[in-house]
Amino acid sequence: MKITIEVNGEPRTDEIEDRMLLVHHLRDTLGLTATNIGCDTTSCGACTVLLDGESVKSCTVLAAQADGHRVTTVEGLAEDGELHPVQRAFREEHGLQCGFCTPGMIMATVSLLAENPRPTRQEVREALEGNLCRCTGYHNIVSAVIAASGQEVER
Amino acid sequence: MIPAGFSYHRASTLDEALALLTEHGDEAKLLAGGHSLLPLMKLRLSTPEVVIDLGPLDELRYVRFSNGLVSIGALSRYHDLQHDPVLRENAPLIAHAAGQIGDPQVRHRGTIGGSLAHADPAADLPAAVLAGDGELVVRGPSGTRTVPAAEFFLGPFTTSLEPDELLTEIRVPARPATGWGFEKFTRRAIDWAIVGVAAVGQSVALINMGGTPLRAHAVESALASGASIAEAAGLAAENTNPADEPHASPGYRKHLARVLTARALTAATS
Amino acid sequence: MSVLGTRVVRTEDRKLITSGGNYLDDLREPALTGAAHAMFVRSPIAHARITGIDLSAAREAPGVLGVFALGDLDLPRPDAVVSEPLLAGGVVRYVGEPVVLVLTEQRYQLADAAELVDIDYDPLTPVIEFDDALSGDTLLFPESGSNIVFTHGPEFDDAAFANCEVVVNRTIVNQRVAPAPLEVRGAAGGWGEDGRLTMWVSSQNAQLARGAIAAGLGVDEALVRVIVPDVGGGFGAKIAADPEVIVLSWAARRIGRAVRWTETRSENLVSMTHGRAQRQVITIGGRRDGTVEAFRLDVLQDAGAYQRLGASLMPTLTVLMASGVYRIPVVQAAARAVLTNKTPIAAYRGAGRPEATAAIERAMDLFAAEIGMDPAQVRRINFIRPDEFPFTTPTGASYDTGEYAAALDKVLDAGGYADLRAEQARRRAAGDPVALGLGVASYVEITGAAPPGESGRVTINPDGSVTAHTGSSPHGQGLATTLIMLLSDRLGIPMDRISVRHGDTDEIPVAIGTFGSRSLQVGGSALRQAADRVIEQARELAADLLEAASADVELNLDQGVWQVRGAPSAGGVSWARVRERAGDAGLDADVFYADNQPTFPFGSHLAVVEVDTETGKAVLRRIIAADDAGPVLNPLTFRGQRHGGLGQGVAQALLEVMNYDADGNPTTGNLADYSFITATDLPDFELVDLSTPTTRNTLGVKGIGEAATIGSTPAVQNAVVDALAHLGVRHIDMPTTPMRVWQALNEARSA
Repeated sequence: MKITIEVNGEPRTDEIEDRMLLVHHLRDTLGLTATNIGCDTTSCGACTVLLDGESVKSCTVLAAQADGHRVTTVEGLAEDGELHPVQRAFREEHGLQCGFCTPGMIMATVSLLAENPRPTRQEVREALEGNLCRCTGYHNIVSAVIAASGQEVER
Repeated sequence: MIPAGFSYHRASTLDEALALLTEHGDEAKLLAGGHSLLPLMKLRLSTPEVVIDLGPLDELRYVRFSNGLVSIGALSRYHDLQHDPVLRENAPLIAHAAGQIGDPQVRHRGTIGGSLAHADPAADLPAAVLAGDGELVVRGPSGTRTVPAAEFFLGPFTTSLEPDELLTEIRVPARPATGWGFEKFTRRAIDWAIVGVAAVGQSVALINMGGTPLRAHAVESALASGASIAEAAGLAAENTNPADEPHASPGYRKHLARVLTARALTAATS
Repeated sequence: MSVLGTRVVRTEDRKLITSGGNYLDDLREPALTGAAHAMFVRSPIAHARITGIDLSAAREAPGVLGVFALGDLDLPRPDAVVSEPLLAGGVVRYVGEPVVLVLTEQRYQLADAAELVDIDYDPLTPVIEFDDALSGDTLLFPESGSNIVFTHGPEFDDAAFANCEVVVNRTIVNQRVAPAPLEVRGAAGGWGEDGRLTMWVSSQNAQLARGAIAAGLGVDEALVRVIVPDVGGGFGAKIAADPEVIVLSWAARRIGRAVRWTETRSENLVSMTHGRAQRQVITIGGRRDGTVEAFRLDVLQDAGAYQRLGASLMPTLTVLMASGVYRIPVVQAAARAVLTNKTPIAAYRGAGRPEATAAIERAMDLFAAEIGMDPAQVRRINFIRPDEFPFTTPTGASYDTGEYAAALDKVLDAGGYADLRAEQARRRAAGDPVALGLGVASYVEITGAAPPGESGRVTINPDGSVTAHTGSSPHGQGLATTLIMLLSDRLGIPMDRISVRHGDTDEIPVAIGTFGSRSLQVGGSALRQAADRVIEQARELAADLLEAASADVELNLDQGVWQVRGAPSAGGVSWARVRERAGDAGLDADVFYADNQPTFPFGSHLAVVEVDTETGKAVLRRIIAADDAGPVLNPLTFRGQRHGGLGQGVAQALLEVMNYDADGNPTTGNLADYSFITATDLPDFELVDLSTPTTRNTLGVKGIGEAATIGSTPAVQNAVVDALAHLGVRHIDMPTTPMRVWQALNEARSA
């Protein structure tokens, strides 16, 4: 079937199998490989993107369901080479190590801050409970979100 | 990871959805938020030949209050229910339970209709609707019928929905002044409940203590005859049949049911 | 001003936060264009004879390029009785063991084809429990005569305990866990026109992977090039290359086409190697005044179905580190490893040392409880003192330096130990159902151990920039940034003019790689040595240019120029100019640094937990950690390693276990069922710093990568037990699930 999705601001029309998962469509059809696949049970959140501005796990959305909708991946965050505040904060706070969970974390964070602009550290943890990380122990990720929200990070 | 092949159809109206269901019968599965169906399809535990996407049906996304009844459109997302002011005011247990499901990404997709139709014994909303004395509105080719929640859940992943029927609305009596409690016991916040308790006033429903959500009748009777919370909660495990898992034995689950019932009732009366 | 010791944001990050890392499944190399997609069909049963394999239907499926079983592989077969086949032959020995390889044109055709593979299994009795394995009633390899594949250590002698006033004995379990890096395993590659194989492998060491592939194929290593792309975590489970990679390499040759493979997470959880899995009998004896006189550790290692690193190396390290931070006159430690019908065991963050630490730290708490002494005090009495270093333990470990009491005192002070004990007492007196538990653990561990050495090459480019090659293979640790800091500091060249390359066997033919917390101390020392050699060459060249004696020439580190000492105004020559002077000979140095000895980072952790005594649920409220690995080169990445270590250490104590049922079926075989630790299970970490250098390598540093994992697991376990001590509980095995806590309370109540 044919679908058209606005991906990072650009309309993309493609012929796909009905069963194509959105994450594979982004990675394999459209070449946007920053969004990663970390599991097969909708558990890890590495595949998190924004669908109409809200975080979703793109492994559990059919590309067909996104037809006619807007998708934003981490590749669509920086504007004219300027890093998004969330990207900047992750780097500044050492909120990533191997980087595999990071695109999903960043997109989940963008969605979180859109809904809750000044979260507490506990609220950040709860908002990120669908995003797993093996490397960081989460502490610096929480700090990155706090920093991105413009709040002071206690070092 | 990759579902078996299927043919995708998108319904743009409720009537179209029903027509497609009638045409394909039990070869078809309805796709709402997809967070019950797609995980099963990705593991090939479910292999429908036809998937009917209800995504466009905005007409089934609403929360309304009139004549003492709260009506919830079946395609309302957990996220929307969690934040809906009318629901929080008039059926706060359901709004709260919706906000406890999964994680934010799941809540941006999962729907109350999808959860109830899927009928996982470990799910939260079926018990919340059961405790709230809910009614489910079902549409089929021959018209509309209303099913009390107590008659809707028949067994694990089994409801009284016919293959050509669709859940359109969930109704609960508005009880804005009634205390409520919700205790969901998990090891991690994102886990399914090992045991859960949903209470509205003196109505108590249990999560994951059997093949369906269960009203704790013994507890309710005891309360009605004037027993204390502690005494009544001690009966929470009566007529339950919880599963045996490595870190959740039936005995432990029954113990949890008693402890959590006491806590939920305490919250409901405070 | 040296950049060393300052907080430097990572050079690795720009790419990772924008276009994303280039992990195995992201690779779009020209050599992989049109690569066949690969998937393994794996055993669904723990122990069975394969009585039939029918590949005919699968071979007819859409897009299939090949379906292969062991019989198709024309490759050398191991001839040892106990050996692991590349694909299961007549017998499958664990759920998840690869049996058949399927190759298709497109990714989405794989599972459809794999479903058509028809394998008949005739069940054999599964060997699951330790005692089943020991009994030998069912042997995984009948011709071997035993499931015991390794024994190590002396016979035990009871005399040492006979004269102790107090002896405590307990059997405890250090449970099987899954490493579960966020990126699963993968490999991709093919054979070139030149007859060489190029394989990209998600690995922690390209050179070891090359060796494994070459040996598996029976070809010369010169014919194999391994390239490691960005790796999404390894934690010890991606050392070298798994058998699947060898099969894929063969398949690429067989079908004349490149292949690419990424497993699913469900496959990963049951067929990537697991960690830990020991049953331990601990015996501790001493005097009522708190002095420990004897300690025995009897280890039974579950090796899983085949002999990977878990069969020998893990228990050997456990035995080596058995006595921990204590001066115990008699230490008896020994191990046996047995085969079971479960996933093979290999290294996982700590690799043998967490097991040792958990055992001795549990033993110290059991001893403390028996004599009614505060567990921190018991530790203080028995610590090896600073003036006793270097200290050789009865098990033969030679510790370099340590300040064990200082570390413990620091965390207790930072945590407010006295106040916490007071709060605990208050809650107990009030009968508060939410119990407070305090857990202490003091640890020492071995890093930079065998094999010794690492390669390093520093090259000054014509424009004065630097390209360094390291045999280390960072996969998230931030090592490249730290190495760049080191080189910048040593050469006086700005960080943004230095790049570090790693992970390609054509560029770095000889290397050991990243595991065992060795990379900065050994890989960094190697680059330091190479840099110093470059400096010496440069000095001669600069002297030439400046027409001065080489003894009179110095490197001005602030400016990055060579000048005559005492006459800076006479001008200097740049690195680019010096390089130009070197001409065709170039200006570089290539070393294999092997002057290091193992080092012993140490620390103490204090865990504060709350246990709901009605439901049994334990929650970690605080963890205060002191981890000393000597001087800190980049505090940012140093702390990051401690944080990550804490996360995984706490996970083992509270949540994670790879569970098998009685038939050998994993019950935690996907990421929904496996209790991988999440953001809401952990508090903010409280880190306390101390820094005790070592003389065992050029940089004077120890390894931090695994230390915090090692200290935190026993601290948290001890805390949960401590919470319930007043109710008569002495021990709870990990993970301390709510049901286990409830059972422990029930047992204590009825006792």
